[in-house]
Amino acid sequence: MHTLTTGRAKWVTDNAVSYVLVALGGPFRAFTQPWNSNPKGWVSMRRRWMPAVALVGLLSLAACGGGGGDQGATGGESASRQVEVYSWWTGPGEADGLKAMRGIFEKQNPDLTFFDAAVAGGSGNNARAVLAAKLQADTPPDTFQGHAGAELQGYIKAGDLEPVNFLYDELKLKGVFPDQLVQQITVNGQIYSVPVNIHRSNVLWFSPSVLREAGVAGPPATIPEFVAALEKVKATGKIPLSIGSEWTLTHLLESVLLGSLGPDAYTALWAPGADWSTPQITRALTDFKTIVSYAGPPQDDWQPASKQVADGEAAFNIMGDWAYGFFHNPPDGGLGKQSKVDFDWAPAPGTDGTFMWLSDSFTLPKGAKNRDGAVAWLKVAASKEGQDAFNPKKGSIPARKDADPALYTDYLADALKDWSEDRLVGSIQHGVVANQPWLAAINEAVGLFQAGQDVAALQAALADAAAANAQ
Amino acid sequence: MTRMRRWLPGLLLLSPSIAAIAIFVYGMLGWNLQVAMTDRHDEISEGRFVGLTNFVQLWDQPRWHISVEHAVVFTLVFVGGALLLGWLLAFLMERGIRGEGTFRAIYLFPMAISFVATGIVWRWLMNAGTGERAVGLNALLDGLGLGFLQWQWFRDPDWGMAAMAIPAVWQMSGYVMALFLAGFRGVPDELREAARVDGASEWKVYRHIVLPLLRPVTLSALIILGHISLKVFDLIVAVAGTQVVTDVPAVFMWVAVFDSHDPAKGATIAAYIVLSVTVFVVPYLIWSVRRERRES
Repeated sequence: MHTLTTGRAKWVTDNAVSYVLVALGGPFRAFTQPWNSNPKGWVSMRRRWMPAVALVGLLSLAACGGGGGDQGATGGESASRQVEVYSWWTGPGEADGLKAMRGIFEKQNPDLTFFDAAVAGGSGNNARAVLAAKLQADTPPDTFQGHAGAELQGYIKAGDLEPVNFLYDELKLKGVFPDQLVQQITVNGQIYSVPVNIHRSNVLWFSPSVLREAGVAGPPATIPEFVAALEKVKATGKIPLSIGSEWTLTHLLESVLLGSLGPDAYTALWAPGADWSTPQITRALTDFKTIVSYAGPPQDDWQPASKQVADGEAAFNIMGDWAYGFFHNPPDGGLGKQSKVDFDWAPAPGTDGTFMWLSDSFTLPKGAKNRDGAVAWLKVAASKEGQDAFNPKKGSIPARKDADPALYTDYLADALKDWSEDRLVGSIQHGVVANQPWLAAINEAVGLFQAGQDVAALQAALADAAAANAQ
Repeated sequence: MTRMRRWLPGLLLLSPSIAAIAIFVYGMLGWNLQVAMTDRHDEISEGRFVGLTNFVQLWDQPRWHISVEHAVVFTLVFVGGALLLGWLLAFLMERGIRGEGTFRAIYLFPMAISFVATGIVWRWLMNAGTGERAVGLNALLDGLGLGFLQWQWFRDPDWGMAAMAIPAVWQMSGYVMALFLAGFRGVPDELREAARVDGASEWKVYRHIVLPLLRPVTLSALIILGHISLKVFDLIVAVAGTQVVTDVPAVFMWVAVFDSHDPAKGATIAAYIVLSVTVFVVPYLIWSVRRERRES
């Protein structure tokens, strides 16, 4: 990626593309208008292709060679000052937050250049795929974003990450992050990332007007109450529960598991050797099946699903608290809805008093070009100033306990309060408790369940996934 | 010396692509097959040779069965639909429709769009909302008074993949039309006239003269569409992402490599995809080599 940013290499790559297009132009005409050629046109076309193919081959080799040479010539000097920060923050709000943090970073480190290597795509799926290729090729970015917790396990095992305990000691971070958070991201005494923000996963979003219409007094506090409320909404013809694509079902599952099992049994599931075949889990998964049976037509992603609640088409949606920013922010990035009127929130049924957290964090990859630059970035990301600049824009709360409460209003004020008081448990879908292969196996089990609605098969698949991946 | 002068420039001109294909196609194919026959189920381990174990074990996974079924349904609907529609369009053009050039351009244009762009537009068109919440095609059906035809499109667990094939048919049938049109135009007028002189009806001219002469074109179209269909990835991901409900082998491969971090499983699925395409392509190659030999 570095080579593309230096001037000459970019010129070469850009021009290689236009050569290819020119070279393809001639044969393409023959290819798309075969009716204009004689009956033997296909043969003559093949002859016309050959030089073009050869030319393309030559040019692409030349382009590769040019790019490689360039890196050696000019890459060294600029790389020592440049800090490549790899994230998936490209959307409204999150990109603004990153920019605010970047401003602080550049003010504190005038000799360093911030290089924004963001890869678009919600939840970081695309970014992780590109990152895997970079790590495989031993060209890691100077620091990359990852969900704090088990998502990083694969990188740790592969020896891609350096522990950042020294930073926690130097900045006294163990005193400013909640103890439970520090415990939950520590692996064999080592910590591998710096959490920038905290999101809550177990939030029930609801439409006050639809609930009134259905005669539901308030947000349901337990799963049986939830099912009763869903039934009442169903009678009105509105969508009882809105859902999005496959991953939003896993997101729903984690809240149902927590609500049905309670925080202790839920946490125990993620330890090696945990028993997933208990009747308690069967009951939780049966609850899940019941709840899913009230779901509306699956939407493309979480946004349209959450929007159904804010628009008064659906009664409930269980989604992380990034939905708040989406509801509340002015149009062009948000829906401009009024909180407590168009939408309201409560902890997911049965999970009051428990904060199911997830966190975006930054890491220190081994073998990166600019380790000092990365450490400087991590210091900004860990600082009160950095977190208070980033989080109000992103619509999340800081991981630090000493944040300025005046900056966090409305929903975020609630979240900040719960974050300091509640019991903390980690999210499945968002990389806290299950490592990446485990999560992939859980998503697959949920996807298969969506087709077959078979609770026993779901439980067996979840048990297999745990047996194969827990560590 | 003179003989060398004859073949050397050609070889020099071709050598970059020969080298590139040798490394990036056949080299990578070989590497993939090698990984598929190891137990390299994470990115760290070296992987020991396990023969065909992975190829057998893949069939124990319910998701693999689903993705294979999906690939079959998608291929049947897509290849069949594009061939039929393309043939029909070419037939109408061939009958001398007015403004043929314009129609040709219109039907060919979708081919210029990438599957990703097509997928994003069709994702909206094939929205699963019905009744009051219908948008896209379901709203269109409602407006036409055909509301009873509304369905979940690609989200239907049984026939979703048939819906997924619709954008692909939309995109590729113009191309098939071009192929068939070239085929129609390639049928010498003398043959048709001779048949008419012998008293053949217009239908019989098509049945016994034109269609048999179109067989090579049909076969080419079948091969081209078939291999696109078996490898399809971009369209599916643009429409539905990597969900089980629209899983196909190429999407499963992506999930195995990048989400499950299981290179051996991904390589095994990739090998199966290559194998399935080979089933299409190799008989075609044999057939065309034989034909060329016969003609020369």
